[in-house]
Amino acid sequence: MADTHETITGNRGLQLEESLIFEQSSEGRLGVDLAEPPHVENRLGGLEREGPIGLPDLSEPQTVRHYTRISQNNYGIDSGFYPLGSCTMKHNPRLNEKVARLPGFASLHPLQPVSTTQGALELIDACAHWLKVICGMPAVAMSPAAGAQGELCGMMAIRAALEDRGDVRKRVLVPESAHGTNPATAAACGYAVDTIPANERGRVDFDAFVAKLDTDVAGIMLTNPNTCGLFETDIIKIADAIHDAGGFFYCDGANLNAIMGRVRPGDLGVDCMHINLHKTFSTPHGGGGPGAGPVVLSEALADYAPLPFVTHGEDGFDLVEHKTGKAAKAFGRLKGFHGQMGMFIRSLAFMMSHGGDGIRQASADAVLNANYLLAELKDTLSPSFDGPCMHEALFDDSFLKDTDVSTLDFAKAMIDEGFHPMTMYFPLVVHGALLMEPTESESKETLDQYIDALKGLTAKAKAGDAAYFHDAPRLTPRRRLDETSAARNPILRWRPPVDEAEAAE
Amino acid sequence: MLAATGAKSMEDIYCDVPAEALLAKTIDLPPHQGEMEVERAISAMAAKNLNAAEVPSFLGGGAYRHHVPATVDAMIQRGEFLTAYTPYQPEVSQGTLQYLFEFQTQVALITGMEVANASMYDGATSCAEAVAMAGRVSKRKKAIVSGGLHPHYRDATSTISGLHNMDIDLAAANYAGDEDLISLIDNDTACVVVQNPDFFGHIRDLGPLASACHEAGALLIAVVTEIVSLGAITSPGAMGADIVATEGQSIGNALNYGGPTVGLFAVHNKHLRQMPGRVCGQTTDTEGKRGFVLTLSTREQHIRREKATSNICTNSGLCALAFTVHMTLLGETGFARLAGLNHASAVTLADKLSGVAGVEIINETFFNEFTLRLSGPAAAAVEAMAAKGVLGGIPVSRLYPDNPDMENLLLVTATEVTTGDDMDALVTALNEVL
Repeated sequence: MADTHETITGNRGLQLEESLIFEQSSEGRLGVDLAEPPHVENRLGGLEREGPIGLPDLSEPQTVRHYTRISQNNYGIDSGFYPLGSCTMKHNPRLNEKVARLPGFASLHPLQPVSTTQGALELIDACAHWLKVICGMPAVAMSPAAGAQGELCGMMAIRAALEDRGDVRKRVLVPESAHGTNPATAAACGYAVDTIPANERGRVDFDAFVAKLDTDVAGIMLTNPNTCGLFETDIIKIADAIHDAGGFFYCDGANLNAIMGRVRPGDLGVDCMHINLHKTFSTPHGGGGPGAGPVVLSEALADYAPLPFVTHGEDGFDLVEHKTGKAAKAFGRLKGFHGQMGMFIRSLAFMMSHGGDGIRQASADAVLNANYLLAELKDTLSPSFDGPCMHEALFDDSFLKDTDVSTLDFAKAMIDEGFHPMTMYFPLVVHGALLMEPTESESKETLDQYIDALKGLTAKAKAGDAAYFHDAPRLTPRRRLDETSAARNPILRWRPPVDEAEAAE
Repeated sequence: MLAATGAKSMEDIYCDVPAEALLAKTIDLPPHQGEMEVERAISAMAAKNLNAAEVPSFLGGGAYRHHVPATVDAMIQRGEFLTAYTPYQPEVSQGTLQYLFEFQTQVALITGMEVANASMYDGATSCAEAVAMAGRVSKRKKAIVSGGLHPHYRDATSTISGLHNMDIDLAAANYAGDEDLISLIDNDTACVVVQNPDFFGHIRDLGPLASACHEAGALLIAVVTEIVSLGAITSPGAMGADIVATEGQSIGNALNYGGPTVGLFAVHNKHLRQMPGRVCGQTTDTEGKRGFVLTLSTREQHIRREKATSNICTNSGLCALAFTVHMTLLGETGFARLAGLNHASAVTLADKLSGVAGVEIINETFFNEFTLRLSGPAAAAVEAMAAKGVLGGIPVSRLYPDNPDMENLLLVTATEVTTGDDMDALVTALNEVL
């Protein structure tokens, strides 16, 4: 077998071993064209740095080769199918990258006079308009840096609105299927988290929810479609009930991709919802960010939106940066400057490319792809719930019963088949969850190959070949990694070997 | 495909949506457009901006224009980096994990700290998270925030750390660089937050402040908005900081109208488990080969839920990669040289401005940014200079609109990209508008 073939270098054809930059340094090598600084009488106040920092010196070709080689140890959407449920790994069009790099945006300083940044403010305003129309909401706070910060923004707006009417409340209701950020956000805003159970259909148990409602409940944080990939059928009733109790409806918009252009959160009674631009509107995930998390707001919450925001002034667009006038009730500021401009440009390009018609088509395609997976796999894997799904298909691990193969093992075997695994063990309401989100980007051919692989692996597991799964993956740059020792004895930075010897003494 | 699902139409598939909420028609937005049309429309918006790279520009104030080598963008646009998710599957994410490990090491080295996380949203949120962390470590609530801290950082910290039950004590805005923070420290103090060089450009020795903090059982949080300065001046770690919370935009990242950027966060080992954000650690695989994984995730929201150290989920991955690639190109030699060029540029600018009537330089010390007192309101001068095609700095009044002491103050920055001609243009423009 190819994977037992030993080589002298440790390289294996196109699979190349690459050391750390710190292990490739040769003093005095330089990867930039910078002249020696001229001599000046320094104004550093006697605080000049003494001694070397310890950074490695590499040339430009070394640097290019290093990052190219390590990039090849990564799997991205460009590499293949990435059905990571709840993460919306759709194609990232390169037009979006191109326009984000236009010098008129990339070289724009955030504190230039607003008279010199009218195009940027126009773009933010245009992006905001698309988001408001798609969501059917009257206002949007653009500045949150990511989804989790968007959640914080929404919950702070709710808190500010409640406090403004002298109604301090203590609890926030969160379904047990929620993303971990939801309870973390509610707690960060000073609320006690009260968990709502799911019913046997994977939705919020409406009666249990109503039983928890009282004048101490600030709001509910509900993902819709929910993390099981299901539309919350009682959502309008839930919104009405929370409003009747004087609370607010926070919707986690992580799954907007299933409904954009078809269902407007505003029509469902939502008071605020963050939008992960890096999911629904295709700004690149970038190995973990940067994201962007604008928050659409209802009339009741709009006045509390954080600083800054764009307004239409007499001489064009204006930027409100201080807590006066229109912004008197703003709850504060969440980050430096004006939000993730680079992401606004990319998502506007995505939205304009799709148009109102294409956005509606994309959500249907995403939902159809997920239902195709669900239909083709329902007799092989074990679907968690009956009926059609939205943009992601959820299975539990009962199909692996008595095989000695876990969800994790099964997912690792998918890697050897050339796929990124699905989301595993989330949502928590399903045992050994496998959550698959194909998005609208994937062709039927890709889905069919994936389905064949899942069927083949299931047959292998049921045939008793558990060892195959326990050893997977075999064909990756690294085999399974020891996460326990990584956490127990954290090595979080490189140190020169001599340090290690000293440390051992 | 629809037939395979057993549904007759998409309406069947959307059967769980309440009928009254299901839109029958396309929403009221323009129809789809081709690549050419979209590029044309967005380019037209870009063209309405006065691009800071094309005119003499002296803006800093937490966002700095530097030369980013072409290699950086070529590397971060590799699809394997650009289109990957968070590296939760380490066997197919060693590329991301390895650069995060390198990034963490670089950040720890330049800040003079023991460990760093895999990045935060930006400098302001990094600062806010540092204050919240100081509350957890010290089990105290009072945070003293310097009047020399960037106003956006002061505001973001008030907004975000206020949530963590921290009492934020904002010292009065101080443009002279002579505030006394030590006298404000008491036994209830969780932390002191100080920026160096500060918002107005002053450099200070943090040593005495660090000692005072430690005597009182408080933590010193050092903020740096211009990370290039650490190539020239003593690191915050060496001066006794307990947490270093900085903005890393200057290395590898364009201005982008202020976002996205990359927050850096570094601490000492003893506080490691109270540090927010993702962390990458070294380990081995089943064959004994070195590899990397995300670790210490028991602090994080997806495990701890409401008990997490922070609700933060993402880092600033691709911006961190840009930082790492640029820092690798620079290396020890290049980073020191870059810092030297910046400082020399600013000293030259200060020399040229010192002869301009109606301009007084406030700073004794600075790195690449300093404060001028003009003979009239700075905002009007900046507008008038912009009309002449010179982005002449930041009127401090934009950030402190209601403070009469700030009205005439202008913050100016010179970096390695600032030319002698640019400086002469600023001198001319100031002579004309003052």
